[in-house]
Amino acid sequence: MSKALLYDATMCIGCKQCEQACAQQNKLPYDDTVAAESVQSEHKYTVVLTKDDKFMRRLCMHCEHPACASACPVGAFHKTKEGPVVYDVWKCIGCRYCMVACAFAQPKYEWHSLNPRVRKCIMCPDRVLAGKQTACAEICPTGATKFGERDDLIKEAQDRIRQNPSTYAPRIYGLHEVGGTCVLILSSVNVEEYGYPASAKIGDTPMPEYTGKVMSKVPDFIPVWSLVLGGIYWISHRREEVAAAEAEEKKGSER
Amino acid sequence: MKTKLTFWRIVFFVIMALGLYSAFVRYFRGLGAVSNMSDQFPWGLWIGFDCLCGVMLAAGGFCVIGAVYLFNVERLHSVVRPAVLTAFLGYLLFIVGLLFDLGRPWYIWHQLIYMNPHSVMFEVGMCVMAYTTVLFFEFLPNVLERFNLKTPMKWIKNIYAVLVVLGILLSTLHQSSLGALYLIMPSKLHPFWYTPALPFLFFGSAIAVGLAMTIFESTQSAKAFGRHLELPVLVELGGALLVALWVNALLRFEDYFHRGMLRQIMKPSYEAYFLWLELTLAFVIPITMLSFKKIRLSPNGLYLASIFSLLGFITNRLNVSLTGFETYVGHHYVPKWTEFSVTLMIIAMGFALFGLAVKYLPIFPEEGRRAIEPRPQTETGPIVAIPVLRHAGD
Repeated sequence: MSKALLYDATMCIGCKQCEQACAQQNKLPYDDTVAAESVQSEHKYTVVLTKDDKFMRRLCMHCEHPACASACPVGAFHKTKEGPVVYDVWKCIGCRYCMVACAFAQPKYEWHSLNPRVRKCIMCPDRVLAGKQTACAEICPTGATKFGERDDLIKEAQDRIRQNPSTYAPRIYGLHEVGGTCVLILSSVNVEEYGYPASAKIGDTPMPEYTGKVMSKVPDFIPVWSLVLGGIYWISHRREEVAAAEAEEKKGSER
Repeated sequence: MKTKLTFWRIVFFVIMALGLYSAFVRYFRGLGAVSNMSDQFPWGLWIGFDCLCGVMLAAGGFCVIGAVYLFNVERLHSVVRPAVLTAFLGYLLFIVGLLFDLGRPWYIWHQLIYMNPHSVMFEVGMCVMAYTTVLFFEFLPNVLERFNLKTPMKWIKNIYAVLVVLGILLSTLHQSSLGALYLIMPSKLHPFWYTPALPFLFFGSAIAVGLAMTIFESTQSAKAFGRHLELPVLVELGGALLVALWVNALLRFEDYFHRGMLRQIMKPSYEAYFLWLELTLAFVIPITMLSFKKIRLSPNGLYLASIFSLLGFITNRLNVSLTGFETYVGHHYVPKWTEFSVTLMIIAMGFALFGLAVKYLPIFPEEGRRAIEPRPQTETGPIVAIPVLRHAGD
């Protein structure tokens, strides 16, 4: 059973306390300037976006089958069984394939550092392991960001939609997208308006499957292809040896 | 020995000076200062050109080795060494490019201890590492012969079959995997270039480019170093290039046809212009040129056709790695001048090292000296050496 976050945009009041708590938890700078920034960056793992009188949070989705973890050549990302997708900076070589691979464009980079790290929300793994909520869920004054078991949160989200069908767009974003994510989003409008990739575009197939289909063939391909190549080499050179031997024989009989 | 200050030497030194300045900015100010890469465009020119195109342009090594040692195409013997040299330099320079692009290049060896077998990047990394080693051994006979070291030469001869098979196996794997890298981003890469067939297309284009590059470098070094050109060899390569281009064109057509994209690629759009440019350079012009016997038999015609197809496939890889992401990101990526200057420096280093190698090592066969190959010589008939610029097409 993995933990998850349910973010209900209709309950959000845009106080940005989650941003501040996140910065504190991850020892990132936070002041009015940072609060005014409306994009995620290497120093802002989560952002509360405002459109008219509505709000929307963005953060790492903590996919059930994370593309970043499958893409990383040195395995610097991994999905923990508790839910968070975490990053081991000491392994990272800085190829940035994780950034290109992520369908939600979540990993950000320390472009101006001389020993740069990939930065993203890691879902407070220390707190989660200690049985606590994430910093953002704990601080949220309205319960818009709620922490809990993924299955329980899905049930709760479905109940909320059922009880207030006029309030909600009839879907839970993250339930099936790219094979399911540990951040679930409820909203009255389309989350795509806030920069989330369209469900139809990213699909329900876990992203690692697209490369996995190819990678799974490699272990069989290597011995088969070596044998084929070796065989061709042997045949084409055997022909030559035979020709040489025959020529030798001919010479011998002429003598 | 006096070195003359020629035009190209001055160009070389200017490129190197600017490149070194950019290298300084890269390592002392960071990737953000040296490039226009951003969180939206995490991969820029250095991945698009230095890595994707670099590896493709170095494919001549395994193509020619495969033709000569696997399929016994004896006539191509004389281009084995220049092709292996190009490939070896290409991979070394690819690694240099990587040291610029990686955020933490000092941890590049982590690849060997923290392995993630699910990662395409891991496969590419391991194959490139292994293949560069194979190329080192394939290149070594040049040096051994130069210093007349007979014993180690014999060792290489003994393992040459293994080197040949291993080299082609590794090339097949990583040339196609470079395309497979992009399979994980179906929602980001434009449908003109995102296709499940990417690994096949990358492998196919590597073979075409390998042949084109061999024609290009043979002619180029003939022009630059006053070497004599073996026209029959080039004609043979040109014929193979024509076939390879047709196969690639057919693959592309099949891919668009099966994905129902044919109507879409005809409609004018930002991406369509780049696609048309790519298809014209890679297929339309060189296939048309090579279809004329007169052009196919002339050194200049072959040279031009190979340049067009090289430019076409370079455009293709830049489209896959850069153009194809612009609509998703919502803005353009234009490399900073310092990015260009690093790339130019790497290319200039390639040309310079190639020149040095040709000057000091027995890369091209000379009068009275036959390339010592790790197998008995069974050359059939004399190979006609023809000065590069003389037309022999009629």
